[in-house]
Amino acid sequence: MSIWEYANPRRFMATSTAVLPWVWTAAAVLCATGLIWGFFFTPEDYRMGYSVKIIYLHVPSAFIAINAWFMMLVASLIWLVRRHHVSALAARAAAPIGLVMTAVALLTGAIWGKPMWGTYWEWDPRLTAFLILGLFYLGYIALWSAIEAADQAADLTSILCLVGTVFAVLSRYAAHFWNQGLHQGASLSLDAEENVADVFWLPLVVSLAGFVLLFIALVLVRTRTEIRRRRIQALAARERLA
Amino acid sequence: MDLGKYAFDILLAYGLSGILILGLVLQSVLASRAARKRLEEAEK
Amino acid sequence: MIALLLRDLRLAIRAGGGFGLGLAFFLILATLVPLAVGPQPDLLAPIAPGILWLGALLACLLSLDRIFALDLDDGSLDLLATAPLPLEGVAATKALAHWLTTGLPLAIAGPALSLLLFMPAPAVPWLGLSLLLGTPALSWIGTFGAALTVGLRRGSLLLSLLVLPLYIPTLVFGAEVVRRGAEGLSPATPLALLAGITLGCIGLLPFATAAALRINLK
Repeated sequence: MSIWEYANPRRFMATSTAVLPWVWTAAAVLCATGLIWGFFFTPEDYRMGYSVKIIYLHVPSAFIAINAWFMMLVASLIWLVRRHHVSALAARAAAPIGLVMTAVALLTGAIWGKPMWGTYWEWDPRLTAFLILGLFYLGYIALWSAIEAADQAADLTSILCLVGTVFAVLSRYAAHFWNQGLHQGASLSLDAEENVADVFWLPLVVSLAGFVLLFIALVLVRTRTEIRRRRIQALAARERLA
Repeated sequence: MDLGKYAFDILLAYGLSGILILGLVLQSVLASRAARKRLEEAEK
Repeated sequence: MIALLLRDLRLAIRAGGGFGLGLAFFLILATLVPLAVGPQPDLLAPIAPGILWLGALLACLLSLDRIFALDLDDGSLDLLATAPLPLEGVAATKALAHWLTTGLPLAIAGPALSLLLFMPAPAVPWLGLSLLLGTPALSWIGTFGAALTVGLRRGSLLLSLLVLPLYIPTLVFGAEVVRRGAEGLSPATPLALLAGITLGCIGLLPFATAAALRINLK
């Protein structure tokens, strides 16, 4: 059997009904483990003090915020090429999650930035690119909700997603270029992989896995909602014709 | 437990993120339930 | 294609179709900024490149929703879709017409308005050049956005929300050219990147625009 069988909405509903409780449980367990471990049982960082605990929210949410867009891109491509409705609806379902995760990443970053850098906001390329990513999510969601004809909306948002990806990547490089042009070398590197010791690393990985599962669970739930809404619309249309 | 001088910032970060993420989860679940109910009614 | 271009140009000029509108908006913005932040030259000079680029961008945005909306209303868009000219060509022509009526006048007016904002003299030619090179990208991106929202009744607000994020790279590089020009640095790198974005937009976006139009006309 191939993965495309799940493109059948009925098949998708059946499988996701079976899988969802497990995904929810695993997401809850991993998120709770990672966050509680990180919050209560990790030492102080010698440079950042206890404020390092924010990392267990900041890095996973940022990770999801970026990868949700990639998932939307892949789902949009599948929709444009193979016309599977579940795929288009999954892209739609992922966008609000990505937006919330972007907000969480920016928010935790701002709160973390205040004690560390002395400012809530800095026009650092990374921060700027994230803010721009948030704007792209907003535009995408706005376009989805503005168009009533369902297939048309799926087509147009897919095209926007493709074009938007190119411009989002361009903006990221533009932001890099622009800030270097302003004040050289004022980089605020936050690369967790580089400077995080094992004590912080393990709970971080656990909570990262938890966020990924949470994302999957949310996408499944929201896609199911969209499928049902679509069916309600279809039923209503049939009734009107009858 | 003692969080040092950053206690407020840490709790604020966790609190706000918790509200946002739990809000999203709640909204997703409620919307899903509402859609299921309406679908069941429509199918009758 | 040329006939379509001429028709669009004539419509834009004749029927008050927004030809002078963008330009007037640009002028008003350049007048309002000193009134808002104060008339001191040392205050205005450093922000002049950014303000002028931002003004050009917003002036471009103003006339975007007219690109396809009028043609959709009177049915000529359906005719164009069935015409022998491929829809990609229609998209490119529409964008070119928009640029000739909006972008080009802005690029010419920009250096003149820079005097109002006390922009340093060495930066003035760079402003003209960067606007000349950058505004086509704005028109082509805007045409794509207009094609996405053509069927919507209240599309113009959504159009700005969709198009403005796409304008970011153009804005960054365009303003950077002028800023470097003002500081006496070499603006060659951002200028090349700006030209690259414009060429990429001109070459590739008509396909996305045409795809969006086809979906909207279905």
